[in-house]
Amino acid sequence: MTEESSDGTQELVNEFLIESLESLDRFDGDLLVLEANPASSEAVASVFRTLHTIKGTCGFLGFRGLEALAHAGESVLGKVRDGRLAMTTEMIDALLASGDAIRQTLASIEATGTEGTLDFAGLARQLTGSLGQGAAPSSPVAPRSPRTSTPPQRTGSPEARAEVQVQVQAPDPAVDPESGKAIDARGGVADSTIRVDIKVLDHLITLVGELVLARNQLVERAADMSEAGMVSIAQRLNLITSELQEGVMKTRMQPIGTIWGKLPRVVRDLALSCGKRVAIRLEGEETELDRSIIEAIKDPLTHLVRNAVDHAIETAEVRAKAGKPPEGTLSIRAFHEGGQVNMEVSDDGAGIDPERVRARAIQTGIVTAEAAEGMDERQLLDLIFTPGFSLAERVTAVSGRGVGTDVVRNRVERIGGSVEVQSRMGQGTTFRMKIPLTLAIIPVLVVRSGGQRYAIPQVNLLEVVREGVGEGALGIETLHDAPVYRLRGRLLPIVYLADVLGLDRASGGTDKVTDIVVLQADDRRFGLVVDDIEDSTEIVVKPLGRHLRGIEVYAGATIMGDGGVGLILDVIGLAAKAGLLNGDARESLQEPEAEVSRGEQVDGSVSFLLFSDVDDGRMAVPLELVHRLEEFPLDSIERSAGEKVVQYREEILHLVDISALLTERRKARRVQEPLRASADETIQVLVHRQGDRSVGIIVGKILDIVEQPMILQRASRAGILGTLVMGDRVTEVVDLRQLASAHMGASSIGGGYDL
Amino acid sequence: MTFYLDDHFLGIEVTEVKEVIRSRDVVRVPLARAEVAGLMNLRGQIVTAIDLRSRLRLPPREASIEPMNVIVEREGGAVSLLVDEVGGVREVGEDVFEEPTENLRSDMRDLIRGAFKLADELLLELDLEEALAIGKGTDHVLKGE
Repeated sequence: MTEESSDGTQELVNEFLIESLESLDRFDGDLLVLEANPASSEAVASVFRTLHTIKGTCGFLGFRGLEALAHAGESVLGKVRDGRLAMTTEMIDALLASGDAIRQTLASIEATGTEGTLDFAGLARQLTGSLGQGAAPSSPVAPRSPRTSTPPQRTGSPEARAEVQVQVQAPDPAVDPESGKAIDARGGVADSTIRVDIKVLDHLITLVGELVLARNQLVERAADMSEAGMVSIAQRLNLITSELQEGVMKTRMQPIGTIWGKLPRVVRDLALSCGKRVAIRLEGEETELDRSIIEAIKDPLTHLVRNAVDHAIETAEVRAKAGKPPEGTLSIRAFHEGGQVNMEVSDDGAGIDPERVRARAIQTGIVTAEAAEGMDERQLLDLIFTPGFSLAERVTAVSGRGVGTDVVRNRVERIGGSVEVQSRMGQGTTFRMKIPLTLAIIPVLVVRSGGQRYAIPQVNLLEVVREGVGEGALGIETLHDAPVYRLRGRLLPIVYLADVLGLDRASGGTDKVTDIVVLQADDRRFGLVVDDIEDSTEIVVKPLGRHLRGIEVYAGATIMGDGGVGLILDVIGLAAKAGLLNGDARESLQEPEAEVSRGEQVDGSVSFLLFSDVDDGRMAVPLELVHRLEEFPLDSIERSAGEKVVQYREEILHLVDISALLTERRKARRVQEPLRASADETIQVLVHRQGDRSVGIIVGKILDIVEQPMILQRASRAGILGTLVMGDRVTEVVDLRQLASAHMGASSIGGGYDL
Repeated sequence: MTFYLDDHFLGIEVTEVKEVIRSRDVVRVPLARAEVAGLMNLRGQIVTAIDLRSRLRLPPREASIEPMNVIVEREGGAVSLLVDEVGGVREVGEDVFEEPTENLRSDMRDLIRGAFKLADELLLELDLEEALAIGKGTDHVLKGE
């Protein structure tokens, strides 16, 4: 029937494929319900129906192998349904395998029109064979109650056949005397829905997108017009368009349950092969998301689920020792919040040990020991998203996760979402994803560079800074070729959009203002300098053609309000292109990377923050030890128990003068003037963090950021690592970590600030 | 469907051509390959424009020539081929077809299926798939020089 199949037959085949695939999704779910609750006659009936329908249609369409397989499955189920057999795990296994084989065959039919080369007879035998192992029913009366009371016979060794029980929260696993009615209701739903080709929907979305743009233009123009009638027409159009947009977007919304449906099966199979017991709980299946987003998060979600079963949840024995129930629980929860969908994947497994993460990260060279030292627990856990990071040493039961978790973050961020992890040792781990509802129409900021427009998704946008270049304004400090901008005391690496795109920077002769768009990419902040900032607007995202697909800095293109084409920037791609995403520390003090972006990598160099003490002595510290740079007005400094403190981010920051820290000068300084300030009545402070404690080091003046190899001459005094020549001046490199620890230790005894 | 590029007379099968339009605003795509002239808006559809001159390694078009867009539909979106001038539809017979001759520049030969020896001139048949396969397999063509 393959070659000469008329259009009519082809249509029948297509219909058959779609229907069968749909019912197979339900088929797996029903089987798992059945495994957890063999008494569910509704599930038996549903599975039976699925196979029966497939068998019937196959007979009609001439797919003999599939027909035979479905028939074998059907007869097994028939016996169960009639109460002549009790369901066993073997039978479930065999039925699930048949389901997979049917899927595979359907795919083959779709691709080639033939059934393919599967061994249908063998599969059918396996099904019938599973009957032999099935427990004979102890009573002819239908469903046996809880299978724990009648453990099915097992042929293999007990440990090979691990204790697996996957529970699915079925809506109503109990025997439903009115199941017949439920089927009728389902039929009713089918009557009121139609199948629509997704292409038709996508086209509609595109058109509505265009309409939205046209509407935006019209509304703008109408506002300028004095004609009252025009304004009211524009307003009506505005309202209708918004409603239309909303309605059309709804057609693409699907409940997230459509991809969750397969998870119980994944968990079951994986738990079985790991010899673990895992129950899965799903909550919020009805939460709706745009189809394209659902597709995009499918893989990351599956990955997290697999990770949890494979690595996080312990075996029953280990769990018992830890005083936990032998069966692990994996919960997946989805809910709407603030225009986004939140999705949580949590397990009650061993949790992630931050210290192990720290050790592994240092060992694998992902962070330097120094950088790791200053990280708090949240930052440490965040390291598992770093490419190349893995905890999978599998020596202990606490072998954590992390394999490919970077891919999860990457995928989720590509669609404008975010993912973070929380974990408590011994109690479990939760991955929390925030996902936008839709991708098709997004709000953007339109900027200009090299005479063309580019759209930056608002989701990546933190703020816009318009920096005057006149007197008094710091502007962008080009410190040793690495451009930075001091945003509220924090150093922000600067990227010139024109540079990244290989365009000429605008000759900003007339423009007295530098526009900096502050962006967030993968935990990094950076400032993007553009020629001009145009407008915030909504755009319809269109994919780029194949010739442009490999370019990481673009997320797509769009048609602007005036009909011109604009490119949509991929902020993560842009940051990667500028070399901002391959550093180790997760802070935004990323001078070296910023420099890489300008093609001047200096191997083995360290970035130093160069400053002067109050006597204009030159000193430097490795930049990575500096958490933030702050400037405090002199009058904000308070005294407490003989120490200088300042209110800082709702905490009390302990201040200490760099000169006072260096023992040799301490006495003189104390007597002379305990608090020094620059002429403009403010003090410059380096904030240094160790663990969750901070200390503010008062310095004379921050001078520059210098990149050079750390080749030191011998230390001249205590508290100094050594000296080197920077520029043409001898500079002391301060051992900030040691000084600060010593100081923190001392002050916590004396003053008791727990910063 | 025939068109001119520099002093070459080329053609592709007319069934491939969706439409021919006058030049319109093309937005450059920084970082894209040199052959990609940019993106344009074709009635709400975003179309990638490929400069066939650049693709065939011919000298750049003089500023006075307004290119024409020959639009072909491909999976994953329409593509516009920028040509100097459109020559109309010509019917040609297989009997006058000949494989690419030796004197054709070697880097160009990969993109040309062969030549139809017409009475008045030589019509080169462009290998559309090859011409559109920028950066795939034909990389050696680009790196050759």
